[in-house]
Amino acid sequence: MNRFLLPLAGFALLAIVLGVGIRHSKTKGVVVSPLIGRPAPDYVLPNLIEPAEKFDSRSMKGRWYVLNVWGTWCVECRAEHPVLVEAQRSGSLPIVGLNWKDSDEEARSWLAALGNPYVAVPVDAEGRIAIDYGVYGAPETFLVDPQGVIVHKHIGPLSAEIWQRDFVNRTTGAARTGS
Amino acid sequence: MIARAMLWVFCAAWAGAAFAIDTTQLPDPRLQARYEALTHELRCMQCQNQSIADSPVGLAADLRREVAEQLTAGRTDQQVRDYMSARYGDFILFRPRVSGRTVWLWALPGVLLAGGAIVAWRIVRRRSALAAAEPDADSGDLDT
Repeated sequence: MNRFLLPLAGFALLAIVLGVGIRHSKTKGVVVSPLIGRPAPDYVLPNLIEPAEKFDSRSMKGRWYVLNVWGTWCVECRAEHPVLVEAQRSGSLPIVGLNWKDSDEEARSWLAALGNPYVAVPVDAEGRIAIDYGVYGAPETFLVDPQGVIVHKHIGPLSAEIWQRDFVNRTTGAARTGS
Repeated sequence: MIARAMLWVFCAAWAGAAFAIDTTQLPDPRLQARYEALTHELRCMQCQNQSIADSPVGLAADLRREVAEQLTAGRTDQQVRDYMSARYGDFILFRPRVSGRTVWLWALPGVLLAGGAIVAWRIVRRRSALAAAEPDADSGDLDT
């Protein structure tokens, strides 16, 4: 009796520990980016909304900004778009919209129809810059500090709440004590 | 009969086409072998349980292109792995690296094997001691 009870108890204990660990893991299903705390990769790409000139990411140095990765093929991006438009209206943070593996034409008509929240729309047609940023699914949103360091990354659609808490508050120092 | 044979041929051709996700062919067969090995050990981040070699999604194709280009440019396998994990984290590597955080992952099977060996050795010793004490009891109750 005893010789079966002991391994069974051990197994049950392990199952409970692992079960609770998985259930209460804050980062369940989220892959933490190794790029947080590191310099945002620099790039020069065509700018969808200023076809005459290229967009150089270094032009954003010296101020806080947000890099939002989107595509017209991305369903969640459509859900998120009004949040970005509203955020742009409040003027809290400039948003750069990296257009990932998309068609220029469709991207333009998307912005015309739904509003353009972006200060620039670099076009990453081949997806090379997205790889440098470790992007694996749109929408993904990065917060970059004035030194050009990635401070935060959000995977999945933004909400007004997430925007305020994880992006705006970080730039004003309100969240500095919190995180 | 002929119709059935044709159906089989069609099915086989269709299945072949469906499974050929990656048709990249590098000029050097040794590079090709390294390319195939590497793309099988890198995780497709979008689907997470497939390698980039087996995945039809766009990002996997982009990462395969990256691997092919870097190998052709003369990078080592380790440089390609480092490139990927610098951007996507160690999660992209199906074969986790030995580090402070993952050392238990590599050590645990060895520890368990050694533990099992000790238990087995003790049982064998006890049984042989019992057998020596009672030469007649060839199938005695050892459960006590």
